[in-house]
Amino acid sequence: MSQPSDPTAQLPTAQFPTAQFPTAVPPPGLLDGSAHLPTHVATFGALPALAAEQVLAAAGRAGLTGRGGAGFPVERKMRAVAASAAKSRRGARSEPVVIANGCEGEPASGKDGALLRRSPHLVLDGIALAARAVGARTAYLCVHEDDSAVRQTVQDAIAQREAVRSDEVDVVVVGVPARYSASEETALVSAVEGGPALPRFTPPRPFERGVGGRPTLINNVETLAHLALICRRGPDWFRAAGTPDAPGTTLVTVSGAVAAPSVHEIPLGIPVSELIALAGGATEPLQALLVGGYFGTWLPAADAPHTPVTPRGLAAAGTSLGAGVFVAFPQAACGLAETARVARYLARHSAGQCGPCVNGLPALASALEALAFKGDQRAPAYLNRMTGFVTGRGACRLPDGATRLITSALTVFAQDVRAHARSGPCPAARRAPLLPTPAEPGAGLGAASALSGASARGVVAR
Amino acid sequence: MSNPTRDGGEPRQRLRFNPIMCKAHGVCIELLPELITADPWGYPVLDGRPVPPRLLAHAKRAVQSCPTLALLLIDE
Repeated sequence: MSQPSDPTAQLPTAQFPTAQFPTAVPPPGLLDGSAHLPTHVATFGALPALAAEQVLAAAGRAGLTGRGGAGFPVERKMRAVAASAAKSRRGARSEPVVIANGCEGEPASGKDGALLRRSPHLVLDGIALAARAVGARTAYLCVHEDDSAVRQTVQDAIAQREAVRSDEVDVVVVGVPARYSASEETALVSAVEGGPALPRFTPPRPFERGVGGRPTLINNVETLAHLALICRRGPDWFRAAGTPDAPGTTLVTVSGAVAAPSVHEIPLGIPVSELIALAGGATEPLQALLVGGYFGTWLPAADAPHTPVTPRGLAAAGTSLGAGVFVAFPQAACGLAETARVARYLARHSAGQCGPCVNGLPALASALEALAFKGDQRAPAYLNRMTGFVTGRGACRLPDGATRLITSALTVFAQDVRAHARSGPCPAARRAPLLPTPAEPGAGLGAASALSGASARGVVAR
Repeated sequence: MSNPTRDGGEPRQRLRFNPIMCKAHGVCIELLPELITADPWGYPVLDGRPVPPRLLAHAKRAVQSCPTLALLLIDE
């Protein structure tokens, strides 16, 4: 598939026509906010004074799930934190803490940065509601330490709220290094405590004992922004978008071979191919999409029109939503070469704590490079054997994510695997890299400099 | 090791290792080869099933012998 394209063999570009599904979210949506507090209140209305149980019930009835990648039900997570605090005998030291995760470790994701720049007060509203739900008086908003634009925006927004004393919760902004594994939950706890942003061994999980030993609720910033709208407009309003088993909307970052790489708020349930249309259409024939990010999987382009963007729909196609990352991958690129570069990137981003990750990820990256760039015939069997020694054997999920992506590449690009092993690397392997693998923190799509301006219903990336 | 619960109400235990603490000394692999093998770099690969009662004493000895306290017996 990655051989130089024969025009007659190309997929018709009409495969991804203009949007046919109701993809527009009625304004004002998540990205229609303001960094100016009075404008924000005029746009969305004042935050209702809900009791803890009302916030919990609203999240539960709305069916809100986490938007950071794991997709865990928000109400259950909050109740677990509150229950940990209730059964603790540590007195004041059992008071829960809230962490809002705006780190966006995925290089191909731009949605959390876009949300924080455009609607910081929605996120801060969500933090206030989450704090009320679990009984926290302190919250931490984690952002990339080198993303000065986002840091400044949220600091200004917090200052505006403190001036009018709109919140009962104190919100502290914490800068976290841009390393991939630094936005893992236990790594955030360590960073908030002033330590290195390195993953920890679990149990205990943060909901049991997190920051300073306190029960800690960790939610993605988009999840909290949804909560802020649900508490204003009600669970039924949220469920009016999406599908019965995947209610509501979600933010997605669409990039790669599309006319307008961008962040969009979409109703869950639309086909993956509609995302390509929202981003201005494909600029060349596509062979696949990277779905979910660098912990994600490859989806053949032919499956995009009938694969709905829901956890169940994507699972049926062997992939998962992750943090809403979709990268359109052209026919004239080599999936093995691109996956090899990402595997090397993930190996570089290991926290360096666990032997199977420290040793296994470079070994996997080297084998995939040998296949992609030298046509090593022994590589496929080696990769199949070695992934078993890496999956599930780290303190965090980095090794699991790396093996999932590599295994997916070997499956979806199986023809390429055979062609490379038989007749050496394809010319497309020498094409310029498509997927961002930033050498230095902050050089990816998620960085402040990478996203600018706004399209009609989305934010233009790059 | 097929029926670890046959001796009644004893809580079942499984082996886990803390990959951050483990420095691949290999002591556990020496002491409990029935349940622990080495990966290509010398780190332990654990049998994920409950520890059979006949091996429980050996498992406890392996846990106590780990120089970095990385091997754990976890109650189900």
